[in-house]
Amino acid sequence: MSVLLDTNTRLIVQGLTGREGTFHARQAQAYGTTVVGGVTPGKGGTTHEGWPIFNTVHEAVEQTGANASVIFVPPPFAADAIMEAADAGLALVVCITEGIPVVDMLKAMTFLDGAARRRPGQPPTRLIGPNCPGIISPGKGKAGIIPHNIVREGRIGIVSKSGTLTYEAIHQLTRVGMGQTTCIGIGGDPLIGTNFIDALALFQADPDTEAVIMIGEIGGSAEEDAAEWIRQHFRKPVVGFIAGQTAPPGRRMGHAGAIIAGGKGTAREKMAALDAAGVRVVKSPADMGTALKEVLGR
Amino acid sequence: MKIHEYQAKAVLARFGVPVPRGEVAFSAAEAGEIARRLGGPVSVVKAQIHAGGRGKGGGVKLARSVEEAEQLAARMIGMTLVTHQTGPEGKKVGRVLIEEGLQIERELYLSILIDRATQQPVIIASAAGGMDIEEVAAKTPGKIVKEYVDRGAGIVPFQARKIAFAIGLDGVLAGKMVKLLASIYRAFLETDASLIEINPLIVTGGGDLLALDAKVTFDDNALYRHPDLKDLRDLTEEDPLEVEASKFSLNYIRLDGNIGCMVNGAGLAMATMDIIKLAGGEPANFLDVGGGANAEQIKNAFRILMADRNVKAVLINIFGGILRCDILAQGVIAAVQELHVPVPIVIRMEGTNVEEGKRMLRDSGLNFTTADSMGEAAERVVRLAGQ
Repeated sequence: MSVLLDTNTRLIVQGLTGREGTFHARQAQAYGTTVVGGVTPGKGGTTHEGWPIFNTVHEAVEQTGANASVIFVPPPFAADAIMEAADAGLALVVCITEGIPVVDMLKAMTFLDGAARRRPGQPPTRLIGPNCPGIISPGKGKAGIIPHNIVREGRIGIVSKSGTLTYEAIHQLTRVGMGQTTCIGIGGDPLIGTNFIDALALFQADPDTEAVIMIGEIGGSAEEDAAEWIRQHFRKPVVGFIAGQTAPPGRRMGHAGAIIAGGKGTAREKMAALDAAGVRVVKSPADMGTALKEVLGR
Repeated sequence: MKIHEYQAKAVLARFGVPVPRGEVAFSAAEAGEIARRLGGPVSVVKAQIHAGGRGKGGGVKLARSVEEAEQLAARMIGMTLVTHQTGPEGKKVGRVLIEEGLQIERELYLSILIDRATQQPVIIASAAGGMDIEEVAAKTPGKIVKEYVDRGAGIVPFQARKIAFAIGLDGVLAGKMVKLLASIYRAFLETDASLIEINPLIVTGGGDLLALDAKVTFDDNALYRHPDLKDLRDLTEEDPLEVEASKFSLNYIRLDGNIGCMVNGAGLAMATMDIIKLAGGEPANFLDVGGGANAEQIKNAFRILMADRNVKAVLINIFGGILRCDILAQGVIAAVQELHVPVPIVIRMEGTNVEEGKRMLRDSGLNFTTADSMGEAAERVVRLAGQ
């Protein structure tokens, strides 16, 4: 069993006709993901690289039986794309886009919360991201941009705020002979659809996931909240790394959410909280794979 | 994006937030003119820099006459102001705000920002205004009032009243506070602010509520839809190299060390800084070249890195996944040749055609060292920087 994305996933791509959408849809399909079509308002009724294009997500779902979407839409329109996907009843929506204004995400979160009232009976939408690399379940499929040439099937889950650090963790695990069940990039923005706790809960419930690597960054308190949750609920080994131990305060370190504000959100606090919760915290990003191997006694 | 106090007050005033009368001056003569226009005789001369703590640092002075305002402005403009928020090097003052003098009865604190944990806007208020709010939060957290705003309902009147009463306002003042809160909330949403902070919010002798100081920070991701606010940017407040880098859409932050970094991805870039430090070195910068690690961006990145004279060695850490490392190597070689980069460069890359890329770097005859892992790369570059 893999978490959130598996062989039953039928994926549409919002923004399929754009350069990024096209490239990554091809990659996903090459990896074995069932990509069923795309949505670009105004281009409905055409085909693109063999895929049908629809004007709306509703139509796409109706015509293709899609149950998931990945969004490659520019920042001014991405929150709208998220809301449209949720309204169409997609169980999984992955938004890759970086640069969405926070107020737009505030609107989108509120909209997602209200979906149950507007469309009773429809299952809730799980949003991953935005500003994330997406999800990959080795051997099953992917929704996003995580390179599949580095993954390997196995029993370790990864949840991470960072894109390329996720690739680094996957690479290290694969190198020490440990494969992955599912890798979830939750994204580097201040407001995201799925947080560490959400991902950890999924890994907890997954019998195939034996242990987890958790990658955090400076900014906010998600890692501290996760540490508390881990202490109370999580029964599998966790290796943690927090990026930004050397980040200066008050500066936005690339990711919109990666900022130490008012003295809060430092790497040191996060590492201490995770350590106190029994997480094996590594100081060096080069040690994630070996630490995981050690905690499992391999 | 940060803006100056006088700009923040102008923005807030557009939404109906009461602010003192005042204008910005770029010269002592201008300052005198403004002081005269304000009526006086008392005015306040305030240094305009993108940092707090100006009062304690000598950047806020009372003038008892128009002449004194001009003299104070003459001294302040061009001075290097050091506050606990500027760092020891301080900031050069290029402009001052000349404001009417006011009789202050009470100082309060008010701010609004997005709370990430609850994913709601939150209003933070306190009767302990005019102080460092972090200190208040640490020492007397009971003095801080928080109200979370429902996105659908906005600030509901009972919430505004709750805040007003909690910080000791009643009667007419409570009514003014309710109005002010509505204005601030509207400003927050409509300008795409990430923070609006009024410290202190004062009650004047005449029974008015006024924002005596104001700080507004805008969401960088939203500036595309606020060209007028984007124009408020003061480039002199930013590191010139960072300004240059932003022209190439390079995410660059200058630090103190001597090992330049070029990485793709913000998390990996931070982790690269961290691992350099762990290996005993000091990163010179944060630089995320993003998904476009193409030849042009690599050249631009090198230009920026080498403009920092402190850089003694460079570490390139590119994890491309499907990125072709031979193409990357080609771009790096071309850049180093064209720009005559004089320092040793350690490269660690992951992607397809890694061995081919490494071979090309080795055969180039240039000062490249390749590494297979982040740990190895960090150790090598620290050693090279130390030589």
